[in-house]
Amino acid sequence: MIFLSLFLAFLKVGAFTFGGGYAMLPLIREEVLTRGWLSEEQLIDFIAVSESTPGPFAVNVATYVGSEVGGVFGALCATLGVILPSFVIILIVAKCYLRFRQSRVVSGCMAGLRPAVIGLIASAALSVAAAVFFPAGLTLSVLTDGFFYVSLGVFLLSLFLVFKKVHPILVICLSAAVGLLTGYLL
Amino acid sequence: MKQTKKLPALFLTFLRIGAFTFGGGYAMIPLIQREITEKRKWLLEEDLLDIIAIAESTPGPIAINTATFVGYRVCGFAGALCATLGVVLPSFLILLAVSALLRTFAEVRAISYAFRGIRAGVLALIVRALWSMYKQCPKNPAAYFLMGASFLCAGVFSFSVLPVLIGCALFGLICTLVRERREKR
Repeated sequence: MIFLSLFLAFLKVGAFTFGGGYAMLPLIREEVLTRGWLSEEQLIDFIAVSESTPGPFAVNVATYVGSEVGGVFGALCATLGVILPSFVIILIVAKCYLRFRQSRVVSGCMAGLRPAVIGLIASAALSVAAAVFFPAGLTLSVLTDGFFYVSLGVFLLSLFLVFKKVHPILVICLSAAVGLLTGYLL
Repeated sequence: MKQTKKLPALFLTFLRIGAFTFGGGYAMIPLIQREITEKRKWLLEEDLLDIIAIAESTPGPIAINTATFVGYRVCGFAGALCATLGVVLPSFLILLAVSALLRTFAEVRAISYAFRGIRAGVLALIVRALWSMYKQCPKNPAAYFLMGASFLCAGVFSFSVLPVLIGCALFGLICTLVRERREKR
C-alpha cells in the first residue's frame, strides 16, 4: 500500500529529525533510496528545487516525493506524515515547556544529537559528492570526461560564492547556466 | 480582540510566512518576529526566544515546530492548527505544481544539462550548511568523538540513521549526567 508507506516513511522523518534545514537529509536519503522512490541524482536535483522554492525544506521534500510516487494523494499522505509528529509533540511540550527547557535529560540528549547530525550530514555529503563527480561509479575513466572538470569547476566556484554569502538561489541559477552552456558545447 | 477572531489572521500571517521564506526554519524567524511580536503584539520577544529554543530541541522541522507553538500560545489548539496549515499550504501547492512541471519536461535535453550543473552547486550548499552547523556545535572531546563515530557508522559501515541517532543521544545524556555528578562533588 503505497500511501500508507509514504505516510509512515515521512512520519519517521518528522519524528527523528533534530535541527533545521539539512539535518533531515540523512534520514530522507535513507528512506527514499532504500525504497527506490528516487535515485541519488533525483534527490540532489530535488534539493536544488527545494532551495529555490519557498517554504520549509521538510514539507517541500515530502510533497515532492509523495507526488512523484503517489500523485496528489501521495503528496498529501507524505506531507501529513512529516508534520504530524511535530504538531503532536509541540502541543504536549507547550503545556509544560518551562520544565522541558530546563530538563537535563533533554539537554543531555541534544548534546549528543547535535554532533551526531553533523557526522551524518558529512557522510551524506560524501555520497552526494560521489554521485556528482563519479556518476558511473568510482573509476578513473571520469578523468577523460569533460564534464568531470565542469562539475569540479562549478563546485569550487559555488563553494566560493556561498561562503561569500551569495544567496543560494543565485548560486543554483549560476550552476544551471554553466551546466546548460557546457552541455551544449561539450 | 476576541480569541476566535485571531484565527483567520493567524492563518493568513503564517500563509504569508510560508510563501515568502526560502530555506526553511531559521529563515522565517525574522518574519515571525516582525509579524507576531512587533506588529500584532501577540507574543513578547522573550516568548519567541523560548519558542525557538524549544523548536530546536524537539524533533521535526523547525518551521513546523515554531508555527505550531506560536499558534498554540496565541490561540490554543485551533490556533496551532491554523498556523501550521498556513505555513504548509504554500509549499504544498507550489511543489505539486513544480513536480508536475518537472515530470513533463524531464526529457528535455536543456533541463538535464542544467541539472548536471546544479548538482555540483548543491554539493557546495551542503558543505556550507555543514560548516555553519559545525561552527555552532559546542566543541569538546565528546562532541568530536560523536561526529567521527556517526560519520564512520553511516558512511563506512552503512548503519541505518535511526540507531546512530539514538546511540548518540544516549551517549550525550550519559556524558552530561556524569559530568554534573562530578561537578557536584
